[in-house]
Amino acid sequence: MKSTDPRRLAAGATGWPDRFAHLEQPPPWIWLWGTEAPMHPAVAVVGSRRATAIGLEIARTLGRDLGEAGIQVISGMARGIDAAAQRGALEDGGTTVAVLGCGVDVCYPPEEATLRDGIVANGCLISEEERGALPLPHQFPKRNRLIAALAVAVVVVEATLRSGALSTARWAADLGREVLAVPGSIRSSRSDGTNRLIRDGARPFLGLDDLFDAVPELVGPAAGGTGARRRRRTVPRLSAELEDLLGHLGPDPVHPDAVGAACGLSAAAVASSLGALELAGAVMSLPGGLVARTF
Amino acid sequence: MSCATRGLAGVPVTIEADVANGLPNFTIVGLTDRAIQEARERVRAAVRNGGFDFPQRRLTVNLAPAEVPKEGSGFDLGIAIAVLRAGGMAISLAGTAFLGELALDGGLRPVAGVLPMARCLARAGYCRLVVPSENAGEAALVDGVEVYGAPTLGACVRHLEGSEPLPVASAMAEPRADTVSEADLADIRGQGQAKRALEIAAAGGHNLLMTGPPGAGKTMLAQAFGSLLPDLEPDEALEVGAIYSLRGAFRERSFMALRPPLRAPHHSVSRAGLVGGGSGLAQPGEISLAHRGVLFLDELCEFPRTHLEALRQPLEERKVTVVRARGAVSYPADFTLIAAANPCPCGHLGDQRGCNCSPRQLADYQSRLSGPIRDRIDLAVSVPRQHYHTLFDGSEEESSAAVRSRVDSARGRQRERGRLLNAALQGRRILADARMSAAATRLLGRSGERLHLSARAFYRVIRVARTIADLAGEDRVGEPAVAEALRYRMEVGA
Repeated sequence: MKSTDPRRLAAGATGWPDRFAHLEQPPPWIWLWGTEAPMHPAVAVVGSRRATAIGLEIARTLGRDLGEAGIQVISGMARGIDAAAQRGALEDGGTTVAVLGCGVDVCYPPEEATLRDGIVANGCLISEEERGALPLPHQFPKRNRLIAALAVAVVVVEATLRSGALSTARWAADLGREVLAVPGSIRSSRSDGTNRLIRDGARPFLGLDDLFDAVPELVGPAAGGTGARRRRRTVPRLSAELEDLLGHLGPDPVHPDAVGAACGLSAAAVASSLGALELAGAVMSLPGGLVARTF
Repeated sequence: MSCATRGLAGVPVTIEADVANGLPNFTIVGLTDRAIQEARERVRAAVRNGGFDFPQRRLTVNLAPAEVPKEGSGFDLGIAIAVLRAGGMAISLAGTAFLGELALDGGLRPVAGVLPMARCLARAGYCRLVVPSENAGEAALVDGVEVYGAPTLGACVRHLEGSEPLPVASAMAEPRADTVSEADLADIRGQGQAKRALEIAAAGGHNLLMTGPPGAGKTMLAQAFGSLLPDLEPDEALEVGAIYSLRGAFRERSFMALRPPLRAPHHSVSRAGLVGGGSGLAQPGEISLAHRGVLFLDELCEFPRTHLEALRQPLEERKVTVVRARGAVSYPADFTLIAAANPCPCGHLGDQRGCNCSPRQLADYQSRLSGPIRDRIDLAVSVPRQHYHTLFDGSEEESSAAVRSRVDSARGRQRERGRLLNAALQGRRILADARMSAAATRLLGRSGERLHLSARAFYRVIRVARTIADLAGEDRVGEPAVAEALRYRMEVGA
């Protein structure tokens, strides 16, 4: 099925995702555009449109690791977390499915045209709207149920209390899918939704292992998948001074001036060390000139 | 006998007068503007009220060369002298040029642009110059010409006749006052990274972008930047003075001031006001007034995009050419750009208060920030809001003077290598000057992959690293310098 034209698929036709049968009101037909059909088992990665830099980074690496493990990533191609996860999935040869709230041939958000092309080439776009349908607000909650139906587990990376990702999580729970949430600071409104999910019984997601623990059937494809090699974090050897400075950094973003004050180094020395650490991949730059430790 | 300006370079203008028989009439020709046509009335009145006879015949004055457009009232004095000579008065002119506007009572009024015109006349071989008394100190800054300040037309004529010679004017003294007004780095608490970036910018002439929430101290840092720059050389100071003289900006800056100018136009400035222009022949804009100094653009993103686009050419060529209907004019514009901007429309991206801009707004804003002039920004640094305990912890901050001594020696090292500051070095030249160590080259190579640097960004990093090594007094650019330069790249967090 290496077709690159959008196709209309009626319920029960060949290639129709069986898992839609779990829905109380399955769509009578869908539009599908792409080269890869939805696979099983697949994992949905969803989250806020407005995300923090760290949230985007988590989504991207999660997507990449899943792709590498041969597990398909399902999401909604929305700005922020969704797009980051799908971009990550395509990074290392994985496949990904985007369930859209607009017509399958409408690129929304428009700035994600490159990602859309990538998904068509290495996955597929799915929509239950007619071709050319505009992205109207009421269509998005509806498509969330399709995301939940296709996945065996939903990972919510970052969500505020009003985020649409919570509706995907609710659908998933109703359908008996595993729901995992990435915990965040209790002071951060960007993580209110995921923290609330954890309080209400979702599993905290701290790493891929949590996902495999929750859904044992994922371990099979992960072990035998195309990209079975699990990424080994290469921790570069650092000089003593760099190690020392790294010791003053945590995952919370801080300003270099604060780092300098904490370890008594001049602004020039701090800038130089941070530059070296960033190159070594130990530190990342965030908006506002802040830095945070990556591992 | 007089002079027109065309940019900073002037054109000497010869004023001829002819008296013929016919009905009394007074005509001025030679591509003149309105002010020169009106000179007829001023000259007629000033000559009569000065106690001289105005020739009651057919009088024609020609300003040569005829194809050069001429503007302003500075030709009045020259025209009056030409008219008096044509009327039969015996005045010796021997290599004397005249500048000045006439009052109806025969007095002389100061005019703008005397300094560049005096420079031009001196170069053209005029050895004596008569100007209004108020302009005498300014004109006398120019070497190789004797300047006489005349209070009235009468005084000028008596001087030329030899009956009452005027004294040779001496150059105006440099007022000490304008060195004090600069902000000092020691007045700013904290902000170590930003101060370091200012030091590097001052040492290598790099353009700098500061981003940070409102009230973090970006403006104050920019004002202190001026205090890190070395004094101008006397010929540079004269060049800067000449630009201010053209604008008639007597009060804004002393023509002899040695401190580099700092201009901070508001974002509502017109394009002509920024890069130069105006009716008639173009006047120098803010970027030329910032020549050899600092142009500070606060709230960079509030400036219309067309203004920022217009800055490209001057940033590249260090001069600006303004074309108007009456001709093209070039002004020097070799300035260091210090820009400040909020990190996002609400101003709180990366701040504790948290940003509530939409992704679309953010993307739009960042493209405004990075679009037109990102190519010319070498250093980018964030200026965070300060906690009040850093503001009042009583610790000692380094003074501008201490930083300036390091800047001076770093600039000295650059002068030993060549004429240009590091920021102005291009391609091969900067690669040769950098003399990067093997480890530094490897580090830079790695950074390309890891941080997705473009070729242009590479050169920026090398230029900044060269300056960092100069500040450290090192001949070769080592690993730490490259690592530090990478921290200040524009792409941070974008």
